Amino acid sequence: MKRLMEVTVNDLRREVAVEPRRTLIEMLREDLDLTGTKHGCGQGDCGACLVLLDGMPVNSCLVLALEAAGREVTTIEGLADGTRLHPIQQAFVDAGAIQCGFCTPGMVLSAKALLDRNPSPTERDVRVAISGNLCRCTGYQKIVEATLTAAERMRGRASDRGGAP
Amino acid sequence: MTRRYSVIGGRAPRLDAPEKATGRAVYADDLRRPGMLHGALLQSPLAHAGIVRIDTSRAERLPGVKAVLTAADSPNVLFGVSPARYDETVFCRDKVRYVGDEIAAVAAVDIDTALEAVALIRVDYEPLEPVLDGTTAMEPGRPRIHEAYADNVCARVEQEFGDVEAARRKAHVVRTDRMSSEMRNAAFLEPQCALAEFGFDGRLTLWTSTQSPHYVARTVAMVLGMPEHKVRVVMPRVGGGFGPKAAASSMELATCLLARATGRPVKTVFTREQVFLHGRSRHEFHHTMTTGVDRDGKLLFLDHEVLLDGGAYASFGIATVYYAGSLLGGPYRLPNMRFRGVRVVTNKPACGAQRGHGGVTARALFELQLNLIARELGLDPFEIRLRNVMETGETTCNDLNMSSLGMRECLDVVRERLRRAAPGAGTGTSTSTSTSTSTCVRGWGVACGFFVSGAGYPIYRSRTHHCTVVIRVPESGGGIELQTGAAEIGQGCETAMATIAAETLGIPLDAVRVRSGDTDLALDLGAYSSRTTLMTGHAAREAAESVKRQILEVVAAAMKVAPEDLDILDGVVLVRGGAGSFDPIRAEYAQEHRGWPVQPSGPYLTFAEASRLAFLERGAIVGTGKYRPPPLGGRFKGAAVGTSPAYGCSAQAAEVIVDTETGQVRVERIVAAHDCGRAINMTQVEGQMHGCVSMGLGEALLEEVTFAPDGRIANANLADYRIPTALDMPQIDALVVESDEPNGPFGAKEVGEGGIMPTIPAILGAIHDATGLAVDELPASPERILEGLRRLRERESG
Repeated sequence: MKRLMEVTVNDLRREVAVEPRRTLIEMLREDLDLTGTKHGCGQGDCGACLVLLDGMPVNSCLVLALEAAGREVTTIEGLADGTRLHPIQQAFVDAGAIQCGFCTPGMVLSAKALLDRNPSPTERDVRVAISGNLCRCTGYQKIVEATLTAAERMRGRASDRGGAP
Repeated sequence: MTRRYSVIGGRAPRLDAPEKATGRAVYADDLRRPGMLHGALLQSPLAHAGIVRIDTSRAERLPGVKAVLTAADSPNVLFGVSPARYDETVFCRDKVRYVGDEIAAVAAVDIDTALEAVALIRVDYEPLEPVLDGTTAMEPGRPRIHEAYADNVCARVEQEFGDVEAARRKAHVVRTDRMSSEMRNAAFLEPQCALAEFGFDGRLTLWTSTQSPHYVARTVAMVLGMPEHKVRVVMPRVGGGFGPKAAASSMELATCLLARATGRPVKTVFTREQVFLHGRSRHEFHHTMTTGVDRDGKLLFLDHEVLLDGGAYASFGIATVYYAGSLLGGPYRLPNMRFRGVRVVTNKPACGAQRGHGGVTARALFELQLNLIARELGLDPFEIRLRNVMETGETTCNDLNMSSLGMRECLDVVRERLRRAAPGAGTGTSTSTSTSTSTCVRGWGVACGFFVSGAGYPIYRSRTHHCTVVIRVPESGGGIELQTGAAEIGQGCETAMATIAAETLGIPLDAVRVRSGDTDLALDLGAYSSRTTLMTGHAAREAAESVKRQILEVVAAAMKVAPEDLDILDGVVLVRGGAGSFDPIRAEYAQEHRGWPVQPSGPYLTFAEASRLAFLERGAIVGTGKYRPPPLGGRFKGAAVGTSPAYGCSAQAAEVIVDTETGQVRVERIVAAHDCGRAINMTQVEGQMHGCVSMGLGEALLEEVTFAPDGRIANANLADYRIPTALDMPQIDALVVESDEPNGPFGAKEVGEGGIMPTIPAILGAIHDATGLAVDELPASPERILEGLRRLRERESG
């Protein structure tokens, strides 16, 4: 039987009725029409469905929707401000880090989870952070470059605003 | 050096990047249609069995089920890739040939109901002995998998160019070496998905994650018995293809049949396991090569035999076996070549095309063998290659003309980068330097390769144009809309076509909008054989030239000058390099836009004003372009496979560290150079090179589809089938070598596949350099490395 849950998705409080066995990716894609989250394997192997749950990266195919009750979910749709891209998204566009784009939502969110806790990562830090996100097109190099560029730009903005360097 | 072009050769971001970065891009599984049903397939659990009886009655009675289809109520039409080897039906009729063969399909109101119904279908099988070992599939007494394929032989090729036996007598060094590689999976991130819907006019629209809307549309029309114009195939955004998505599949056809049976839209999507079951990726190869060189290391002949295990159906396999031979014709001068290839069928998933179609294991062995020959002659691996590379204008013994070939330049820039990065490396003598632990040894390897820029002929015999492009100038003037059937699978063809059109027309890139991947827009054979930049690029250029001519004719008449005096550059019209007098044109435009705050200004007539005037004078301005390669190559059997208007080429060097205690190989660095002709977009060329290296590295070290003794795949998931992660990939130095290809638009040729050719042998060369081990089985997993090293020590001590 369906159960009613409350969840905050991309800063918006939502009420959703879900079967207990429904996964978070199913709820996002089918109940909330947030199709930016991609279904690549259904087994937590590829990272295409990665979203942030209370800021932590999770494979949404391995999380039950009900586990997200009362918590905050960030999907790829929650990053851009209208047509103004998040600095990580902009860096991915600029660097040529996107080819087929199927891994991109998960990849961008992995990068965000990293930069949120470590604004000055090394190349190695980036590679470790995205090692659960498979990409078959790019060989990862431009994704790593884009993430480092985004980190630099975001640090620049933070110091412009007088924030911590 | 100043750039000759304003848009071409730059680093503009891809047109589709923002929508992909934000999750707005729509892939097939993101589509929903009103009243849509969900499809599911019943696939064989057995590798080889007769079908005695199928009972669908319980499935049909399940509430929510709208259709259950089997071979009994589906067209009995054979399909496949090559018309000479059509050997598939949508559903198995009397037997199943691999674990995953499609038996039935269900459409239901939701996916859970569809899956439940599939589980309720009862099939009685008569198990047959499966043929799982390709190397013995031809032996007498083996079960026959297809009536049409005696001895389980699907294709056999015998070719000889020159006189191998005569050359053998003159050779100074002759070596015979072998190499095998396991079946691979292309492992694109997006599982296949199809959505079919019939309109009230009887017209079918199929949205599908394909690489070739055209071939899919033809196959659907043929199998469903419909006129081709009643079938529209659209590819939404596609999450990678790399080959397997170039062939129409039973899943796509079953989805169309379910839509026809129910009169409602039906969507079917593969699970990751089904992606593996369906396969159609790289074959299993078993190569034997005997190569002879003279005293100076000049190649005299290659005698090459290969056996391909193709799995249950032909798919692209005939082309695969031909490519396995023909793609060794270059990039070295090889005067004599004999090739004997056979492709057998087995009870495993069918194999087909994958990046570097047919050529990668052949290339891996040939390049590794060149190193072994070089060592016997005391030559460095660069030197033996430089002594043999072909130059621009030369033709291979199998009639492939290298109309441009920067092979020597590629080797030079790789060697130069290597000298700076690791002095002393790549000299051919082991540079084993002990690292932190004594069991680790380091080595360098180098290799070359080349690839077609589009197949010279379509997969069905026809004089068809390979592509058309339509450019429409909106009546309001300003930008243009480019319509193409080309397949954007992530390789960036939309941006490449927009760039070519913008350059041709003299307008900025952001003035070009592209619609692609829809059989209603234009004809295009699709994304395979690295054909799009060259072929569709020609059509895009021709269409843009037509539009430009039409607009400038009108402007010339209005300005009372000759059309030849006019040009368009950076979005403005130039009259013999100056502005000319255009006051009446601007005045009329201003009058039409009275009250609009933004008006054309500046000293030159803008493209917006010029194209608006063209509409006012002539009505709709539409330009069309087309491309069909000229007749290419020799007249021998199989000459069609490998011929291309142009060839890209690559050289790569790899640095590896081999842990001789664990067998682990770590690639530390790849230096890659690729001659892509003129780069249309530098960033995208590098991206293709990186992607090639990544897939090559996976195939060299990690990737193999493994089977249980009953023919089931043992690793049909992305945890156990290991493609490279960010931690497996080294730094790649991508060095773009530009040549000016006379047969390419603006001098452009391929980069999408050629870049994979040297990766495997460069890594194997480095392993050999580090350890003395010549790997003969791929992937070079830790187990195989350890076993190889053990045998090597045994030989050395015994």
